Amino acid sequence: MAGSKEIRTKIKSVENTRKITKAMEMVAASKMRKAQERMRHARPYAEKIRNVAAHLSHAHPEYKHPFVVKREEVKNIGLIVVTSDKGLCGGLNTNVLRLAINQMKRWESEGRGVGVTTIGNKGLGFMSRVGANVKSQVIGLGDAPHMEKLIGPVKVMLDAYVAGEIDQVHIVYTRFINTMKQEPVMEQMLPLTGDFLTVDSKTHAHDKVTASDVVQSVMQMGVAQGYWDYIYEPDAAEVVHELMVRYIESLVYHSVAENMASEQSARMVAMKSASDNAKNVIGELKLIYNKARQAAITKEISEIVGGAAAV
Amino acid sequence: MATTIHLDVVSVEASIFSGVAEYVIAPAVMGEVGIYPNHAPMIAKLKPNAELRVKVPEQDEKTLIFVSGGLLEVQPGVITVLADTAIRGQDLDEARVLEAKRQAEEAMKHRSSEMDYAKAQAELATAIAQLQVIEKMRKGKVIH
Repeated sequence: MAGSKEIRTKIKSVENTRKITKAMEMVAASKMRKAQERMRHARPYAEKIRNVAAHLSHAHPEYKHPFVVKREEVKNIGLIVVTSDKGLCGGLNTNVLRLAINQMKRWESEGRGVGVTTIGNKGLGFMSRVGANVKSQVIGLGDAPHMEKLIGPVKVMLDAYVAGEIDQVHIVYTRFINTMKQEPVMEQMLPLTGDFLTVDSKTHAHDKVTASDVVQSVMQMGVAQGYWDYIYEPDAAEVVHELMVRYIESLVYHSVAENMASEQSARMVAMKSASDNAKNVIGELKLIYNKARQAAITKEISEIVGGAAAV
Repeated sequence: MATTIHLDVVSVEASIFSGVAEYVIAPAVMGEVGIYPNHAPMIAKLKPNAELRVKVPEQDEKTLIFVSGGLLEVQPGVITVLADTAIRGQDLDEARVLEAKRQAEEAMKHRSSEMDYAKAQAELATAIAQLQVIEKMRKGKVIH
C-alpha cells in the first residue's frame, strides 16, 4: 500500500490545523460581540465632550486653544498607527500599514518629516523594520482597550504638537463597518477640524433630557446677548486644555476600540474560510486514501485468485 | 415636587449614570461643590479618586459614584461629569510619556524578544497559506 501511510499523516495534520482554526474562529466570534459593545460605549463620552467644548467656544469666541489653530506651514507630521497585537486576521493589518506607508511616502516626497506612534504589536514590528521614526509605542493592549495605556503614547504626540515639533497629527486605523467589511481609514486629529466646535443637534435630541430645550434656548439667548460665561475652577486655560486633551484621547480610544472590533471580525472570517478549506481538503484526502486502500485490496485478492488458479 | 436636575456621568469606557437628581455634591479640585437646580454655568476639574454624591428623588440615601478625576460641567438643568478611567496627574502622565518613549527605543534596539510566539504564528500562517493554495488548485481541477 504505497503512499497510504503518508496520506494518513497528511489527513491527521490537516485535521489538527482545522481544530485550531475552528477554535480560533469561535473565540473570535465571542470576542467580537464584546468588542462591538465596547466600541458603542465609547461614543457618548466623545459626544458629551464635544458638546461641552462647543459651549465653551460659544462662551469664549476669542480664546483659541492651540489644538484648534491651523498652522500655515506644515513641516512635520505625526502619525498614530493603530494595528492589532496578533496576526491571523486576514489582510487587516496589511491594509492599514499599506495605507500608512503610502501616505508617509507622499509626505516625505513633499519634504515633510514624519514621526510615528504605534499602537499594537504588528504596527511596531513593521515600522521598526522599515526604519520609520517611531516616537512612542504601546503593545499588549489585550482584548479591551484601556485608557491607562494610551495616555502616555498619545501625550508624546500632543506634547510634540504643542512644542511645535509637529504641525499635524493623523491617525490611521481600521474602521468597523460590519462583520464582513472593515476598511482602513486615515483621519486628521490635530488641528481639530471645522465640525468639532458646532453643537450637535442630533446628540441633544438623543440625550432625552426634558430640560434640554430650555437649556438650548437659555444658551442661545445668553450667547446672543453675550452675558453669560462659565465659572471656571481652577482657571479657564487649564480647564480648556484638560478638556481638549481628553477629547483627543477619547478619539484615539474610540479608534482603538473600533480597530479591535474589526480585528476580531476579520479574524473570525479568516478562520472560518481556513476551517472550510481544511474540511474540503480532508474530504478529498480521505477519498484518495480510500481509493488507494481499495486498489490495494483488489490487487491482493486478484493475486490470491491468480495464485489459486495457477496451483 | 422638588425641582430636579439631570445628571449624566460618562467615562470613555462606559456610561456610568444617567438620571435626575435633587442635588449633587462634587469633589472639585478647590473643594467640594454642591450643585442644586438652576446653578450658574460652571466647569470644574475634579479631584482624583473621590466620590460624587447624588441625591436621587424619593431616596433617603445618597447615591455614591466613584470617579478617579475628570471634568464637571454645569448647565442650567443639566450636569455632565466626564469621568476619567485612569488616575491622572502631571507627574503620572509625565511618567507614562517617558515609559512609552523608552519602550519605543527599546523595541528599536532589539527586535526579536517575542520569537517563540512569532514562530508558532508563522507556522500556523504557513499552514493556512498551504490550505489556500490547495483550495485554489482544487478549484482549478489540477488535483494530483
